Amino acid sequence: MLVSILQDVQSAFQYLPKEALAEVAKKLEIPLTKVYSVATFFKAFSLMPRGRHLISVCMGTACHVRGSDKVLDKIERELSIKHGETTADLRFSLETVNCVGACALGPMVMIDEEYHGQMNAEKVSAVLAKYA
Amino acid sequence: MVSLTIDGRKLKAEEGKTILEVARDSGIYIPTLCAAESVSPYGACRLCLVEITRADGRKRLVTSCLYPVEEGLTVQTTSERITRDRKMLISLLLARCSGVKEIREMAKQLGVTESPFTKRAKEKCTLCGLCVRACQEVVGVSAISLVNRGVDRQVASPFYKQSDACIGCGSCAYVCPVNAITMEDKGGTRVLIMPNPEMEKVRFKLKKCKVCGKYWAPEKQIEFIARKSGTPLSDYEACPDCR
Ligand code: FES
Ligand code: FES
Repeated sequence: MLVSILQDVQSAFQYLPKEALAEVAKKLEIPLTKVYSVATFFKAFSLMPRGRHLISVCMGTACHVRGSDKVLDKIERELSIKHGETTADLRFSLETVNCVGACALGPMVMIDEEYHGQMNAEKVSAVLAKYA
Repeated sequence: MVSLTIDGRKLKAEEGKTILEVARDSGIYIPTLCAAESVSPYGACRLCLVEITRADGRKRLVTSCLYPVEEGLTVQTTSERITRDRKMLISLLLARCSGVKEIREMAKQLGVTESPFTKRAKEKCTLCGLCVRACQEVVGVSAISLVNRGVDRQVASPFYKQSDACIGCGSCAYVCPVNAITMEDKGGTRVLIMPNPEMEKVRFKLKKCKVCGKYWAPEKQIEFIARKSGTPLSDYEACPDCR
């Protein structure tokens, strides 16, 4: 119950605002500590504002052996953020995932719901440019 | 009542009690770190491992602080397997909390002086969760909890800020088995420090006794007690010694 409510909050705001967590605790009549504990436990939840677009770079085995670390490195330099961070203009959030289930097309980069297969460092700029 | 055997001793026990409780009542020692009588069991440290043989002959290792006694149960509190597993557990704890006296002593008791694992510098908290349970179950305020996961797990209040729920009673510091939470009363202020530097220091104004002039408890705790007991705040002008 708590988890699904937090999921709804997260999809409404892209992250879990402080005030929202307090409100959830109040409505459910449970301590804020409990809500916070759950909110910080799952990687799917973010307590920091997230970008309009979420980039997930696959670091699964198949993508890794095909050089996904170079792709990640290039994206990090291009956006001047590390994975787990968000650009100051809130355009992108960057994270790594372990296998998105499309190993044959690796290295995979997912941006929002879109798959970008067979990525390499050279393609990064052009792909990112498609997202405002 | 159920009958069971612990280390060869035939015992009768109340249904619903855990193996650990029954063992302790009968003076049988089982090492523990995260268990305390005043709070519910949690099963975090796993040091209380025992080997059970159920009525149907099946054998396995369980945490005695969580496992309820049952009819015909045979419990072994030491065995080669238990010793080996306990040594592994305490080695991991020792690697995490190599600077903590209580852990080093416990390790020594279990025959471990050096951990084969990589040390984690300056970690004091064992994550046993006693403070969290005391705060929630005994005090009834739930001002702290375990946050994050895996290697980042810590004790903290939401957003690492002093919690509105906290009354400054210091039960967390009192219950901590390794003194990882410190509490200091100085002048008119109580300061509570959690074992992670990200967490803000918790400060409370202390109340002065009208008679002897000693600071005796955080004002917020006194308000809490007055509210809970339905007594007027004016009952608390003097400290317990002067009342
Ligand atoms: S490893 Fe990247 S999609 Fe499976
Ligand atoms: S005392 Fe049973 S797990 Fe810690």
